[in-house]
Amino acid sequence: MKVVIIDYGAGNIQSIRFALERLGAIAVLSHDAEEIQQATHVIFPGVGEASSAMEKLCATDLDKVIPTLTQPVLGICLGMQLMCRSSEEGNTKGLGVFDTEVLRFTTDLNVPHMGWNTVDGSGNLFLNIPQNSHFYLVHSYYANVCNDTVASCTYDIPFSAALARDNFFGTQFHPEKSGGVGATLLQNFLNL
Amino acid sequence: MLTKRIIPCLDIKDGRTVKGVNFVSLRDAGDPVELAQRYAEEGADELVFLDISASEEKRKTLAQLLRRVAHAIDIPFTVGGGISSVEDVAILLDNGADKVSINSSAVRRPALISELAQKFGTQCIVVAIDAKQIENEWVVHLVGGKVPTERKLFEWADEAVSRGAGELLFTSMDHDGTKQGFANDALRQLAERVSVPIVASGGAGTVQHFIDTFALGNADAALAASVFHFKEISIPELKTILRNNKIPVR
Repeated sequence: MKVVIIDYGAGNIQSIRFALERLGAIAVLSHDAEEIQQATHVIFPGVGEASSAMEKLCATDLDKVIPTLTQPVLGICLGMQLMCRSSEEGNTKGLGVFDTEVLRFTTDLNVPHMGWNTVDGSGNLFLNIPQNSHFYLVHSYYANVCNDTVASCTYDIPFSAALARDNFFGTQFHPEKSGGVGATLLQNFLNL
Repeated sequence: MLTKRIIPCLDIKDGRTVKGVNFVSLRDAGDPVELAQRYAEEGADELVFLDISASEEKRKTLAQLLRRVAHAIDIPFTVGGGISSVEDVAILLDNGADKVSINSSAVRRPALISELAQKFGTQCIVVAIDAKQIENEWVVHLVGGKVPTERKLFEWADEAVSRGAGELLFTSMDHDGTKQGFANDALRQLAERVSVPIVASGGAGTVQHFIDTFALGNADAALAASVFHFKEISIPELKTILRNNKIPVR
């Protein structure tokens, strides 16, 4: 197994690396297209602002590399959002892997949506994870529910907590920060 | 449903956990990594590390400590104490911190909040506010509550949020260390004013105090130190009682 975490200068990637290490998987950080293409599993992280993250991807042509990957790819938080068609954050286009758009929460509730919320998931990523498990989320934008939605969460309105299409997966929550259920989800991904 | 968070706070000095009573005399409460792991296993929702020894040479020790913490635990954690620049924050986030908490440096130079929010995103910028009541006004204090400022709690909270604070951590100096409960009136007013999560801090002594700060103070999270460090309140038991009182917890 060779896990590569895409390193494009967006946010806290150490936590994901450490979480994988706790599962016995050594991950390499890379922005090199060839190294990413040779990985058995690719993790696409991201914390920060969508349009500037998208610019960083475009500057290194990773925007073209990521959608053509054929091994299991897991986008986390902003990573997942960037895999959608578009984002209202900085009005940017996305990678278009998932057939949905990313919108800003318009709610009287607090934004960012921050903390542990219940997630209902199904499919490979959610094997051995009970319904209504709590995952840790922190975000101000959300991916609309669509045909690729495999887990939903509700904050005033339902949104996509996880997306999946072919070899591409994405979670709005942070599995690396979600205690035992998060570790199970990451292990499920590594088992793909 | 989004749950209310329980946050043990670890005050760090020279790599060890300490807890001040009214921010003065300190008692040793153990190894930070060991404590952090114990809290994560017990069901803490998040941790806060407050480096009260923050000085230039101590900063490296802190970065190493954070790395060890990030290796060991799988819940989010915030770090605060002596942070005054974009560079400081970059080092802490690179070493595994999820959020940073800024206090005095933000009061001295509010533009810091905007700079950090722009560079790292509002979600990882916590503005901590220490305040105490003087002639019926909540006056913001600096340097661990020692130095009064011209600023008032509510106006400062508004400004911090408009500049990009993603969360507010409010400590009532009048309640801190007293174990007589949180400052729920002020907390409720804060929650009504601002649209970011509020962490209640200062005054936890009993399980009822946690119930009250969520039910009456509308806090999104409650932070405490010594009641957890000295095992006066166990987190699993606290959560069971909160749940029985219809307060959503993990």
